[in-house]
Amino acid sequence: MIVDSYRFLPRSFRPMYEGRGLFPGEEAPVWAPFEKRLATARIALLSSAGIYIKERQPSFDLEREQSNPEWGDPSWRSIPADLGAADIASAHLHMNDDDIRSDPEIALPMRLLSELVAEGEVGSATSEHLSVMGYQDRSLEGWQKETAPALVASLRDLQADGLILAPA
Amino acid sequence: MPVLARWIEAAGIPTVVVTMMPAVAEERRAPRIVGVEFPYGHAFGMPGDRNMQRRVLELALRVLAGAKEFGTRVDIDIEWPVPLRDAYRAWQPKEASPIVRKLLEALRPRNSEASP
Repeated sequence: MIVDSYRFLPRSFRPMYEGRGLFPGEEAPVWAPFEKRLATARIALLSSAGIYIKERQPSFDLEREQSNPEWGDPSWRSIPADLGAADIASAHLHMNDDDIRSDPEIALPMRLLSELVAEGEVGSATSEHLSVMGYQDRSLEGWQKETAPALVASLRDLQADGLILAPA
Repeated sequence: MPVLARWIEAAGIPTVVVTMMPAVAEERRAPRIVGVEFPYGHAFGMPGDRNMQRRVLELALRVLAGAKEFGTRVDIDIEWPVPLRDAYRAWQPKEASPIVRKLLEALRPRNSEASP
């Protein structure tokens, strides 16, 4: 089956996404070979649902977005892999997050990944997973200049062999 | 998100993007893509449905570890188990986002233009 990429998108939003083509400067293929067996590899997760740790981390800055609608908070959060669902909060003005708050696994399946580790399907999970808020200004300048290098440094520290990214 | 995946991949860390907009991820040249026909905010499926979430995560792992070439895309054959009209409404924010509000305000005719 071929997924309809616009099934749940309001028709008036479609031109914002469809046929926009390449991101400037991002034309060439990029490829890092996955060299290990999955059963010996360490896997990290990244969600763009605006997840953060309730009462221990600052929320993503939604107030600034309210006053400057073209702007989105480019910062990121590190989420401990063993954090309980009750300690997870989310901040994202572009979707209803009721389902994520009732079951954060639909955006960041940390418990499910650790089950696959326990079953031997995956070697290990990183001790922390990564979180961003996916609504960004069109240039992605904040992500490009600061967030992406910081995420890469964190993934190296965590010794991740591969990353699963899930846009919200 | 596909561009973020590219930057991380370029630094030497293999990536896969699990997305409800795989056509956009292809246009933006993400290295590995898993497509899901799910509402926004639900990349791994229905809340509480461990079986569905597991199918998506396992496919993502297989594509991450097993894809042989740049641009590999695999779509998962799962139909969203909620009628489209309900699911379409349910994922949207309770209040319009700031950018949508701004765009709607820009489209609204001003009083002076509307009067004869």
